[in-house]
Amino acid sequence: MTDAKNRYQAVLSHRLFWPVAVLVVLLAANTVYRPGFLSIEVNNGHLYGTPIDILRLSAPLILVALGMTLVISTGGIDLSVGSICAISGAIACLHISQAADQNNMVTVFTALAMALGVALALGAWNGILVSVIGIQPIIATLILMVAGRGIAQLVTEGQIITINSGPYRAIGLGHFLTLPLAIFIALGAALLVAGLTRRTALGMIIESVGGNREASRLAGIRSARMVFLVYVVSAVCAAIAGFMMTANVSSADGNNAGLWVELDAILAVVIGGTSLAGGRFYLGGTILGALIIQTLTTTVYAMNISPQTALLFKAVVVIAVCLIQAPAFRAKLSRRRRGTPTPSTPSAPRQKEEVSA
Amino acid sequence: MTTTSLTAGPRWARLPRRHVPVLVTLALLLVMYAVGVSQYRAFSNVQVIFNVFIDNGFLLVVAVGMTFVILTGGIDLSVGSVVAMTAMVSAWLLQSGLPALLVLVIALLIGPTLGFLMGCAIHYFDIQPFIVTLAGMFFARGMCTFISDASIPITDGFWTTMSQYRIGDPRGNFVSISVLIVLAVVVVAAYVLAYTRLGRNVYAIGGNPQSALLMGLPVGRTRIAVYTISGLCSAIGGILLSFYTLSGAPLIGVGMELDVIAAVVIGGTVLTGGAGYIFGTVLGVLVLGVIQTLITFDGSLNSWWTKIVIGGLLFAFILFQRLIGIRYK
Repeated sequence: MTDAKNRYQAVLSHRLFWPVAVLVVLLAANTVYRPGFLSIEVNNGHLYGTPIDILRLSAPLILVALGMTLVISTGGIDLSVGSICAISGAIACLHISQAADQNNMVTVFTALAMALGVALALGAWNGILVSVIGIQPIIATLILMVAGRGIAQLVTEGQIITINSGPYRAIGLGHFLTLPLAIFIALGAALLVAGLTRRTALGMIIESVGGNREASRLAGIRSARMVFLVYVVSAVCAAIAGFMMTANVSSADGNNAGLWVELDAILAVVIGGTSLAGGRFYLGGTILGALIIQTLTTTVYAMNISPQTALLFKAVVVIAVCLIQAPAFRAKLSRRRRGTPTPSTPSAPRQKEEVSA
Repeated sequence: MTTTSLTAGPRWARLPRRHVPVLVTLALLLVMYAVGVSQYRAFSNVQVIFNVFIDNGFLLVVAVGMTFVILTGGIDLSVGSVVAMTAMVSAWLLQSGLPALLVLVIALLIGPTLGFLMGCAIHYFDIQPFIVTLAGMFFARGMCTFISDASIPITDGFWTTMSQYRIGDPRGNFVSISVLIVLAVVVVAAYVLAYTRLGRNVYAIGGNPQSALLMGLPVGRTRIAVYTISGLCSAIGGILLSFYTLSGAPLIGVGMELDVIAAVVIGGTVLTGGAGYIFGTVLGVLVLGVIQTLITFDGSLNSWWTKIVIGGLLFAFILFQRLIGIRYK
């Protein structure tokens, strides 16, 4: 093989190649359909434009997906994030709506602290169910997913709580350094998680727990504690995302806030190349995945298709990305292309992937 | 899985361990019913029980399909959307003037086809059931609104007859035809699971897919079959729902998959597969139905209490299954 061909192979088999390709294709298709798609203008010292909107709206999803990545890398899954978004948003809005002065910073921070505290408790509940009692994660978090919606409605008493608080609104719609504040919050969280996991041994420990929990325990890692921790982190991320969602619309709706966000988050993680089996995680891929999902949603809105029908496109993208990433599918495809059954092909790209990772 | 554990002790303790979860669900159901009867005078009316069947018939059919999938260790998130899609498609086709019988056939074919395709993707490409059926869920829900954003009423004669015909005794208690269909589905499913080759394969794959493969069982065919069965059950559920509501609404059945999974788990089926019964699932759905009835009878409790109670029950049952030693992975 020539050198150029090798490099081409390396690029093609890089784990971020397909997510990036999909995102580029989506953006290109949008620009063709609507030439002004990528334009950004300055208005009142703030940047406006569709790309900025996509970044701002994807912030909650990025946050939830970050937590979800860590949970999935331990071989678990957290279905309760949507409910936790709803609960935390409801608690924060309830506290603010009862205050005399809704613009008071102290009130807003107390509200945030209360909601975060509850989220911590809910995350700890998930964590204990999975790590101490040893319930399968999908069911352990299903409990809170079902009951959580009820709790959120209990908090809001079935009403939609509307608030009129400047500081709280800023979480979702405020600006900082010409860009929406939400982008910075998501970016900050991403950098924090990336720094903590990739600059220290934490990431490797989490991956080792996901790879084989018992072996990690025997190697001296407190597996149960790590598993507990990721659920707490996931709940906290979900709570912050819940603040953004409720701040965006200045109201808390126990029924609809964060609805389906757990599914979107899991999708973002899977599109980003993290296997649901655990043992490995890619934060960059997750963020790309979240951006792809939000770009897709925005595209569909821009084309005047109803949000529900957007699910059709989402289904197509999910299947396409999963098929491309499935080793079995790649093996079948390359076998057909070469015309002869070559059993060594499926393992070759995977090896390369691991070297490059 | 543990088959029988004969320990010394009183006779009741020698029950096969795998029967215990179903018996506990049965006990819970009886206790809840007794509480209802003791609290509310009208609760002892036979019609209350019939209504539980009438109101939750479609849920029961879907839960039966889900039981097959969960017994193999898989999961099917698409059921709620497939139910909605089936109801939507039948309403739409009826509106455009197709004969009822043809509509029925078409509607009953869509669900299994989608299930078959999802099963193939899961088996041949080795993608997680969770993700594949999630995509199926998005697809089906998207199709609903693609057909129409608003709900479509059904005025067809056959549908209205099915909806309004009452089979009852002279004292006024009645069931709808749907309930008979539901019971037929349950009996067929229970027979298939307990006495046919397919049923044994389902249990074997759920217990240990590797061993099943090494034993020469048709793992792939069975796995595709269970998703097709689940699709068929969802389609039947969709038809029953359209009988019940006489319309197809794009947003009906949102979150239904969770109720269904909860019912199956409360019914004693283990989510990692290999253990569980259709009878348990029937009890699980009845428990959900009775909770709703109790909350309706009470009047002062709000509907969100249903969710909290279901969540609490899920927790209690999972904890209980762990305590008596049915193993979760």
